[in-house]
Amino acid sequence: MLYLNLFFEFLKTGLFSIGGGLATIPFLMDMGEKFGWFSSEELSNMIAVSESTPGPIGINMATYVGYTTGSEEYGTVGGILGAIVATTALILPSLIVIMIIAGFLQKFKDNKLVKDTFYVLRPAVIGMLGVSLASMITPLVYIAGAATLLGSINYKAIILFALLLFGMLKFKKLHPIVFLAIGAVVGIIFKF
Amino acid sequence: MKELLTLFGLFFKIGIMTFGGGYAMLPMLERELVTKRQYVTMEEIMDYFAVGQCTPGIIAVNTATFIGFKRKGIMGGIFATIGVVTPSVLIITALASVLELLAGNEIAANAFAGISVAVCALIVQAILKLIKSGIKDAFTLGIALAAFVASFLLGVSPIIVILVTAVVGVIIKRVYEKLTSEKKEDAE
Repeated sequence: MLYLNLFFEFLKTGLFSIGGGLATIPFLMDMGEKFGWFSSEELSNMIAVSESTPGPIGINMATYVGYTTGSEEYGTVGGILGAIVATTALILPSLIVIMIIAGFLQKFKDNKLVKDTFYVLRPAVIGMLGVSLASMITPLVYIAGAATLLGSINYKAIILFALLLFGMLKFKKLHPIVFLAIGAVVGIIFKF
Repeated sequence: MKELLTLFGLFFKIGIMTFGGGYAMLPMLERELVTKRQYVTMEEIMDYFAVGQCTPGIIAVNTATFIGFKRKGIMGGIFATIGVVTPSVLIITALASVLELLAGNEIAANAFAGISVAVCALIVQAILKLIKSGIKDAFTLGIALAAFVASFLLGVSPIIVILVTAVVGVIIKRVYEKLTSEKKEDAE
């Protein structure tokens, strides 16, 4: 039963992938090997597509895998059903766990231990945001495989980054989507 | 019901404007939920991220559930979560057949590279705001640097960083508070 398998595999992924969308990739690889739903090459294509379509990457991957798997067996309608089944299963465990934690936090939000814990965790979150920023920026500004050190620096990306950041700090009222659109247009015109 | 639909709509909007991992939604959360409507504070968003690092599921969904629950209880959590995933389901299922072509398309790749640069700049701007509300003294600055070094240079997993910070950080904070209060008593 394809949909039952999809549901349980994604339920498992949702329950055990801790800390963000990319943590789901090992589970997806495992799924491909176990059920033959997709090859590892197809999976890396799906990851690339999920990164470049709107929406959180973890959700995009679940939807995409569910759609591909369902549509191979039962056509477009089967694909849509697969997408919904996979996505629902992925979010179900965290939905339940987070609501329990949120209820608990609401009750104990004035507790000194809870307050102190978050006081020390907030800077740690900032530090880790810095890490994910660094891993996002590196492939954008560094061109792998260039002959010289100077040739491996992507000047276009650095200039765009600096100009956009300057624009954001200067025009605080503008919506973030404006800067995303500028990024897309500049990327096409200057062939990033 | 009206507020539930508002939550759905807001998170639909945030979902559609998020490119990449959960942290990429930070600028949108900040704009839509902190600045435009005072639904949550920057501190609370950091708390949700901290919890999201050590609980199951992806950060974007966890954050949506948290904020929805805070506004409207269980139904709020469900509506916000469905809102944040709906754009993905709609876009991917509608475009699935052509998406593979898109993956190899040069114009699409260039556009996405430009978008990625903009996402990074947006995250920098959001982190600057977080620093204002999360780093208050040498102690909290030390935690941020230690977390960065542990995670980036030493490759320690985020869940370990969060758990160790919680235990060690709270102990240091308590010891420090005790020492300073004893000093005050001595002075008196």
